[in-house]
Amino acid sequence: MRWRSTLLGGIAFLVAATAPWFAPNWFVSLMTIAFANALVVLGLVIMWRAGLVSFGQALYYCVGAYTVALLGRWAGITEVFVTVLLGGLAAGLVAWVLGFLLARYREIFFAMLSLAFSMILYGVLVKTERLGSTDGFSVINPTFLGYAPHSQMLLISLYWLVLAICATSALLVGAYFRSVAGALAVPIRDNEIRVEFLGVSVNRLIHIKLVIAGVLGGFGGALAALTIGHVDPNMAYWTTSGGFVFVTVLAGAGSVAAAFVGSLVFEIVRSFAFAILPGFWQLILGSVLLLTILFLPEGLGSIVKRLRRRRETAAP
Amino acid sequence: MLVAFAILTDGLVYAAYLFLVAVGLTLIFGVMKILNVTHGSFYAFGAYGGAWAAGVYFSRRLPEAAGILFMVLVAMGIGILLGAILERGVLRLVYGRDEVIVVLVTYAVFLILEDVIVLIWGAGSYGAYQPLVAAGNVDVGRLILSNYDIGLVVFAAALAAGVWWALKYTRYGRLLNVVIFDRETAAAFGINVTLVYTVTFIIGAMLGALGGAMMAPKISVTLGIGVEVIVLAFAVVAIGGMGSIEGALVGALIVGIARAAAVHLAPQIELFVIYGVMALVLIFRPYGLFTRAQPRKI
Amino acid sequence: MTAILSVRDLEKTFGSVVAARDITLDVPPDQTVGIIGANGAGKTTFVNMITGHLRPSKGAISFEGQDITGRPSREITRLGISRSFQIAQIFPSLTVFENMSAATAIARAPVGFFGYATAPVESPQTVAEADAAIELFRITRYRDALASTLPQGVRKLLDIAMAVAGSPRVLLLDEPTSGISIEEKFDLMDVVMSALKSRRITVLFVEHDMEIVERFADRVLAFSDGTVIADGPPAAALADARVQELISGTKRAAAAQAPAHA
Repeated sequence: MRWRSTLLGGIAFLVAATAPWFAPNWFVSLMTIAFANALVVLGLVIMWRAGLVSFGQALYYCVGAYTVALLGRWAGITEVFVTVLLGGLAAGLVAWVLGFLLARYREIFFAMLSLAFSMILYGVLVKTERLGSTDGFSVINPTFLGYAPHSQMLLISLYWLVLAICATSALLVGAYFRSVAGALAVPIRDNEIRVEFLGVSVNRLIHIKLVIAGVLGGFGGALAALTIGHVDPNMAYWTTSGGFVFVTVLAGAGSVAAAFVGSLVFEIVRSFAFAILPGFWQLILGSVLLLTILFLPEGLGSIVKRLRRRRETAAP
Repeated sequence: MLVAFAILTDGLVYAAYLFLVAVGLTLIFGVMKILNVTHGSFYAFGAYGGAWAAGVYFSRRLPEAAGILFMVLVAMGIGILLGAILERGVLRLVYGRDEVIVVLVTYAVFLILEDVIVLIWGAGSYGAYQPLVAAGNVDVGRLILSNYDIGLVVFAAALAAGVWWALKYTRYGRLLNVVIFDRETAAAFGINVTLVYTVTFIIGAMLGALGGAMMAPKISVTLGIGVEVIVLAFAVVAIGGMGSIEGALVGALIVGIARAAAVHLAPQIELFVIYGVMALVLIFRPYGLFTRAQPRKI
Repeated sequence: MTAILSVRDLEKTFGSVVAARDITLDVPPDQTVGIIGANGAGKTTFVNMITGHLRPSKGAISFEGQDITGRPSREITRLGISRSFQIAQIFPSLTVFENMSAATAIARAPVGFFGYATAPVESPQTVAEADAAIELFRITRYRDALASTLPQGVRKLLDIAMAVAGSPRVLLLDEPTSGISIEEKFDLMDVVMSALKSRRITVLFVEHDMEIVERFADRVLAFSDGTVIADGPPAAALADARVQELISGTKRAAAAQAPAHA
């Protein structure tokens, strides 16, 4: 069972890697952004399983993005393996510090406190001239171990980088879900006191989940910054966080794959809505979200689960 | 000294604004346990409706004093209508589900309504400055205060007193207190909780729209005012304690004065002082200033 | 014989309410202690203090010679004291098997995040242990049922089974038969006690049914008004005048309803 999904994942990853050869540039660009955002969503999935919904993941996304941008602008560092890594680590550090506080909260209060922190960053960025305030600033093109690609090659290089990081994250998070630490998410959500009485420090586990989600958010933001080529305070705004939560609901928190598929679907829907009915894309998104919550409460991922179950009961 | 006085007056005006915006939200949360993101839409609809009403009214030669009343009535009507449609049409379908899911539903509706606003009023910006101008100014020492601002503060205080009184002394208010305390107990007492929910939501929507209409003369009514306002309202409600009217008032005062102080003394921190205060309060009082945590019995 | 669990001058006050006071006792290993008393007499407060859910206002608790006063419940569980709950604390969205394997997986995994992150949740050993525990408590037919659908008796058994997953040396059962019909109480206690006897565990159980206490306890602690008013073998303790005064109503009512048990 596990081998089958890992195999499927591997095949999907390989197929995705060949995309630059048969898909148009705009689609490759779309997929790059979608998969970068998927990392943030993956972090949200990790927390969602434990019953926590963060309305402030944009904080880590923004920290990752600005780290990359500032390393290029102030320190002249464009080596992508350094900047992206540092982006993730910086976000992880922020998550670790804030986690001492955040890990003590649950439900709506957790959501609101995480929202508050992301809005604090937004406020700081908007008012800081040196960081470009509301306009933000552009991100210098990355280099890949010395190699400095341009235009199409840059696009493809970034795409493959994002895919590689996504594949690695997917494997690691999948393994995490199969470990006691990851599997305890559902018991924690169901009955936290019981888990404590079984001998586990729930707050510490949650603290670490927050850090993992923060690191993933930072990687997502770092990669997004490189792809978009620009950073601005809006990356920390609550509507950005809302977008990530949206995708989590759409995808369902059932599996690692859901984060990636859901992100891709979201990005496609958003681009099409924007292109065809630019005045109505919020209406479309809102309606999709509403319909998903009403009729597909466990997200798109539940469709896969249902199909799988039907196949299993049908087979002798 | 002058600065201190300016901070106080600015703070009170901003606090009045925050209270008007937050009171409906905290009421809905207290009674229905729903953190209503659509509240931002109620505010926006109220502002746009009020601006439209101002345009219609002040273009005729009618007594100016009643102009604001007209705006208020139009906004309240919009709020009632919108609240009723939303509660019966959408919210009813998700009662009983996880709190966070309901928040997401209200977020989805908020997104939809953002575009509906554009459909109705277009993407331009509107002004409703007429009441502001008509009210004029008053000189207090070396400060010039807008009479409209003073009126706002008085109105907010009156509203706070009125809501507090209604909750304590009217039959409906006392019913609300029971439902706020525990929904199941209320139902066991024969209270029609469904009806209470509907009426409360409509009242909350009406208050939100009212806030929008009252603020319309002071702002540029344009896209995105709902987006800004909703996080501010959340911050105030979180500080004060969700479901507490006194909390919303105190929260509004704290944030209003803190922000005014920042504007006058350290403008760089103006934007985030609100969320900083919120984070600080939540650190020491995780459920806000006026609510107590319920420990779980095992 | 040295006591496995010792309590000295234990006291708990909530503001001006004294929930428990002057509790001093020693429990030798392998003893089965029945704790009786009216509601609000301090029994659950006592259990909560020993298991770390409440911090005592005064006094000391020691386990196997080690001071455990005020330690958090997760540490106390890891040291070897476990408990079940008056309202069964289980994981409703998981099956009985998943509930049990969560407990056994936690028990097997080395403590700390690194331990938890590297320990698989469904290794052959945890599966075997979980199934063995389900078997021991006679709830095998519910193995794949969702915990939220279980009848009350099975929930209580699952709760106790999970508490035993970590091989505790002391087990506190908070009203194990509450919510169970009178006909089924004895059967449930039979299953529980034989399962526990096979593992040599010192058991303290809170009970309202005097016949169960008489049948299963080696020793009875009677609580009243926050303190222990009688402490001894069941016959002696239950014959104590003050205890009789407290339970007379209960005993008469129980005798009137229940058929005689051998």
